Amino acid sequence: MCSVRPQGLSEEFAVSGHRACQGCAEILAVRLALKGFGRDTILVMATGCMEIISTPLPTTDWRLPWIHVAFENAAAVASGVESALKILMEKNKIPKKDIHVVAIAGDGGTGDIGLQALSGALERGHKFTYICVDNEAYMNTGIQSSSLTPYGAATTTTPAGKKSIGQSTWKKNMPKIAAAHNIPYVATACPSYPFDLINKVKKARMVNGPSYIHILSVCPTGWRIPTDLAIRYGRLAVETGVFPLYEIVNGKYSLTYNPEPLRHMVDYFNGQGRYRHLTVKTISKIQERVNLDWKRLKRLCELK
Amino acid sequence: MKKGIEVSIAASIAAQLARVEVIAAYPITPQTHIVEHLAELVANGELDAVYINVESEHSAMSACCGSSAAGARTFTSTSSQGMELMHEILFIASGMRFPIVMAAVNRALSAPLSIWGDHSDIMAARDTGWIMLFCENGQEVVDSTIMAFKIAEDRRVLLPIMVNLDGFSLSHVIEPIEFPSQEEVDAFLPPYNPLYTLHPDKPLTMGAYAMPELYTEAKYAQEMALINSKDVVTEVMNDFSKTFGRRYKPVETYNTDNADFVYIALGSIGENIKTAIHEMKEQGKEAGFVSLRLFRPFPGDELLSVLKDKKRIAVVERAMPGGAANGPLFHEIATLMYTGGIDVKIENYILGLGGRDVLPETFIDIYNGVAHTKDTVPVKEKNYDVIGVRG
Repeated sequence: MCSVRPQGLSEEFAVSGHRACQGCAEILAVRLALKGFGRDTILVMATGCMEIISTPLPTTDWRLPWIHVAFENAAAVASGVESALKILMEKNKIPKKDIHVVAIAGDGGTGDIGLQALSGALERGHKFTYICVDNEAYMNTGIQSSSLTPYGAATTTTPAGKKSIGQSTWKKNMPKIAAAHNIPYVATACPSYPFDLINKVKKARMVNGPSYIHILSVCPTGWRIPTDLAIRYGRLAVETGVFPLYEIVNGKYSLTYNPEPLRHMVDYFNGQGRYRHLTVKTISKIQERVNLDWKRLKRLCELK
Repeated sequence: MKKGIEVSIAASIAAQLARVEVIAAYPITPQTHIVEHLAELVANGELDAVYINVESEHSAMSACCGSSAAGARTFTSTSSQGMELMHEILFIASGMRFPIVMAAVNRALSAPLSIWGDHSDIMAARDTGWIMLFCENGQEVVDSTIMAFKIAEDRRVLLPIMVNLDGFSLSHVIEPIEFPSQEEVDAFLPPYNPLYTLHPDKPLTMGAYAMPELYTEAKYAQEMALINSKDVVTEVMNDFSKTFGRRYKPVETYNTDNADFVYIALGSIGENIKTAIHEMKEQGKEAGFVSLRLFRPFPGDELLSVLKDKKRIAVVERAMPGGAANGPLFHEIATLMYTGGIDVKIENYILGLGGRDVLPETFIDIYNGVAHTKDTVPVKEKNYDVIGVRG
């Protein structure tokens, strides 16, 4: 965990008046992240919750230049914006200035339909930050599963039933996929740990090349939890080892918060409607997997 | 001075002369020579631009949107399946009013896979809200590309433009082409001065969504901009004629004054039609030809004034109707004639699909009314003739 409180964060770039659901951790995550990026930022957003809640014509939630083109191409649009700024500055058509380009997409826009554009942009080495705001399903269209929906979670397209435990595949490891592109900075974050999130954003902004931040964004609507519990469930995800907070700097892994001893999965599943059908057997299967992943991560961090 | 050069390379030189700043492209046959040469020009420092090697055409058009939004003069090129992969973003580029210029090297669509030329790709993209210019030869490709930037970036327009050229039968042909000098192009085409850009000093929201009470108005405004762009196209073509001496009009005519019968077509096939007309003239048969240099917005008034006193019209096109009553170009011409009060015989011929050679004789056969009976099988309940289907 960070020990220094980040300074100069009073300015708001995502302002009130948007249409986010009550208790939405995603708008909180984006609001915090933008504080870290600062004023000289251009935002590129994929279709998804954030776009829908923030920009019904003629209103906007964004005090930064913001563009939405489509669902699957935030990284590609960001590539174009970054390239244009570069050449326009080289040609002195616009004043030289350190303007950072940030692409933001949800779990579906990142892990499913947007994966190709993201991979291309990371591989090309554009200086930009890609943020995945991961609420673990397609939330604004009605809680359908994505490849980042966790095993055992019930969604409207992976409903729990007599022959189904809900999502039957394991969550795709996006930070690892991003890191496999050998980019300088990859991190996970959660708005339940705001200063950790802001610090990581600031680090991402400083690196010379692509950076990727995966933010767990608790969704009370889709997770079927009370609207005042988003922060608590974010913490539980971290404390159970379901969503570890770590960084990969130039390929080197390090935990930014070690919650050991890990809490039992039951603490995290309790009260979440999307998991209410889970049997003890399934929970222990998931627990096994989480323990294994945690061990692997610690080995990568050279803690063990 | 004219220079013998491959038309694809000429197209890329035209983009260079237009001082493009960002190129985002993915290679696809038969467009490759255009983007390869641009990459080379950038690599050698002969063109001061960023060349983005995107991982797909979808991302090519997406990156073009980003680049254009940030205020750079933006160019791309594609063909066939690539245009299909861009399809979704083509609508967004025009809806967001980005003056992107694209060399569209027209090619057949799969399946079966065919790398050769026809108009299946562009007919599938004809209603994407882009301005569309068609070229008959290499000189037109160069001149249209330069004009395209001036039209697209005009503040009365601000719409993307496709410059269409036929795959292989034009893109890979070596032709004598006259290039304007850089100074001449600079004088004709001023640097891009965007109205709105993405910049932190003046934050703007681009690409917001519209509720039902606003969507219609937004689309209507876009449609009006596209329709009204015809005046700017004409204006820029006139300016070009004055500056460079080569005359362009949205609707080009050949021998139409003398003839009761006219062919209508798009693209390089026009050269074969003209050859046929020339041969027929020697046999005492008068036929005319109408070439649509501008296909979107549809130049209805200009076409009507040519067609109003004709007796018979043959629309020849290089795309399958796809189960429709007739080919796509025919629909437009027939609609125009019906609403314009012209009641004459109009025929539809589908030919040159997937790179099939079309010879001048075919047009003579069309004139003589025997095109369909030659080496073909009949099509049940059809309104159109598909030329050259072997039984």
